[in-house]
Amino acid sequence: MKEKTKSKFFLSKKIDKVFIKLNDIWLFVFRFFKEVFVPPYEFKEIVNQCFELGVRSLPLISLTGFIIGIVFTNQSRPSLESFGATSWLPALMSIAIIRAMAPLVTALIASGRVASKIGAEIGSMKVSEQIEALEVSAINPFKYLVVSRIVATTLMVPALTLYTALVALLGAFVNVYQFEGTSFTSFFVQVFEAITFLDVFSSVIKSFIFGFTIGVVGCYKGYTSSRGTEGVGKAANTSVVTAMFLIFIEELLSLQIINALRIVD
Amino acid sequence: MKRNNDNIKYDSKVISIRNLKKAFDDFEVLKGVDVDLYQGENLVVLGRSGTGKSVLIKIISGLLRADEGTVNVLGQEITNITIKNLDRLRLKIGFSFQNSALYDSMTVKENLEFPLRRHVKNLSTKEVNQNIEMILEAVGLSQAINQMPSELSGGQRKRIGIARTLILKPEIMLYDEPTAGLDPITCIDINNLINEVQERFHTSAIIITHDLTCAKATGDRVVMLLDGRFKYEGTFEDVFKQTDDEMVQRFHDYNFIE
Ligand SMILES: Nc1ncnc2c1ncn2[C@@H]1O[C@H](COP(=O)(O)OP(=O)(O)OP(=O)(O)O)[C@@H](O)[C@H]1O
Ligand SMILES: [Mg+2]
Repeated sequence: MKEKTKSKFFLSKKIDKVFIKLNDIWLFVFRFFKEVFVPPYEFKEIVNQCFELGVRSLPLISLTGFIIGIVFTNQSRPSLESFGATSWLPALMSIAIIRAMAPLVTALIASGRVASKIGAEIGSMKVSEQIEALEVSAINPFKYLVVSRIVATTLMVPALTLYTALVALLGAFVNVYQFEGTSFTSFFVQVFEAITFLDVFSSVIKSFIFGFTIGVVGCYKGYTSSRGTEGVGKAANTSVVTAMFLIFIEELLSLQIINALRIVD
Repeated sequence: MKRNNDNIKYDSKVISIRNLKKAFDDFEVLKGVDVDLYQGENLVVLGRSGTGKSVLIKIISGLLRADEGTVNVLGQEITNITIKNLDRLRLKIGFSFQNSALYDSMTVKENLEFPLRRHVKNLSTKEVNQNIEMILEAVGLSQAINQMPSELSGGQRKRIGIARTLILKPEIMLYDEPTAGLDPITCIDINNLINEVQERFHTSAIIITHDLTCAKATGDRVVMLLDGRFKYEGTFEDVFKQTDDEMVQRFHDYNFIE
């Protein structure tokens, strides 16, 4: 009996579990790509989710973006001042915000707000048999719930990122105007001179990946949450943690790739 | 209290199950179930918690796959059916869930409208509203139309759950513990509703329960699920008055002790 249980596992029980999980997630992503291009399309639900997950995040993102713009500018000034180079502030902020901060901050906020919402929502639908109810009324729950949400986050996170960048730059402008008296036009001319097409392009691509990650993680955690109400809380919680973790890893990887591209450029 | 049902057609089977087996990992839940459901009949499946009653109707509606055996529903074998045909078949099966499974984020009206709009094309708003009103009236909850599921009581949720399946005019109803967790008066109301549904919409039904009052009031025929197989088939009286099996008697005595 003991030997039988032992031979079931390939390496050890724990490592096997990790591989089984990775395989599960891979199958989940695979299923998404299999179903997303096949009609019937859930346009109405996608628009609905874009509103719920994207537009509803605007207040939080506006506030955070604006404050980060002000604080970042303010904290960067002393170091530039010691070189007498405060006139570089608009360019510095432009690069910092568009290359790094906007995509990362937006993705992290979306992880906190959106991934947990998706995890909890789908998790509670799973626990209370609502997903099975969809299934028995001949509605594909994967397409209706999962595909629509992943599409929505993949589209909305890049849009939110551009918006965050804009708001953060406005925050930076307010601060620069207050201390250096730079005009609006002159500030934004410097901002756009400092960045290249590659900067904007890579940030947008990165945000698509972040958005996709957030959608997949939230949906996967919710869809596979265990029975019982505690399963719902766990789904919401682990969605946030996992999404943030993956986003940091993706950020590091994309940094390497973009830097390599910059050298080629 | 005893039912009198003249609508049963014993020459026409809507569900026919043979040697159905289902296990989870090494745990055998169903070990060879044989049962038929005749047209117009209410069949009650009795059994203790965890004997696999829910598993049985989940297999009938294609939510779970059988390991072995044949399951014929409305003339179609569902053990190897394509998803497209399964979905078509599902429209003819109404499934009332153990905890109602109403869509939390939608009002009662939207809960009913959702399946209707998706499966019946080209309905005008007026027709949709008429359908919804008719079904709500049938389950006796016309006033709840704009409420959220969270504002309803357990019994009301059950009714809306039943209404949601009725709106697509199913031929077969599957009730998973329709009276579980309800007070005795509400139980009687639900029992009556099940019988009314059968009379008004000419459905055939499998009713899963461990509530003997419900079994007696709604069942034309009763079977007992014991240790993965169906035993003691017959009318309520046959099963409980004429069997001296200890398990069955304990089940009976316990239920009527209060
Ligand atoms: N999806 C599943 N995965 C693993 N085991 C399951 C699954 N569904 C049911 N089981 C197991 O099958 C057995 C029968 O479950 P089922 O839900 O059919 O019981 P039941 O007769 O409906 O009981 P109750 O009256 O409590 O609802 C249980 O022991 C349960 O643990
Ligand atoms: Mg059950």
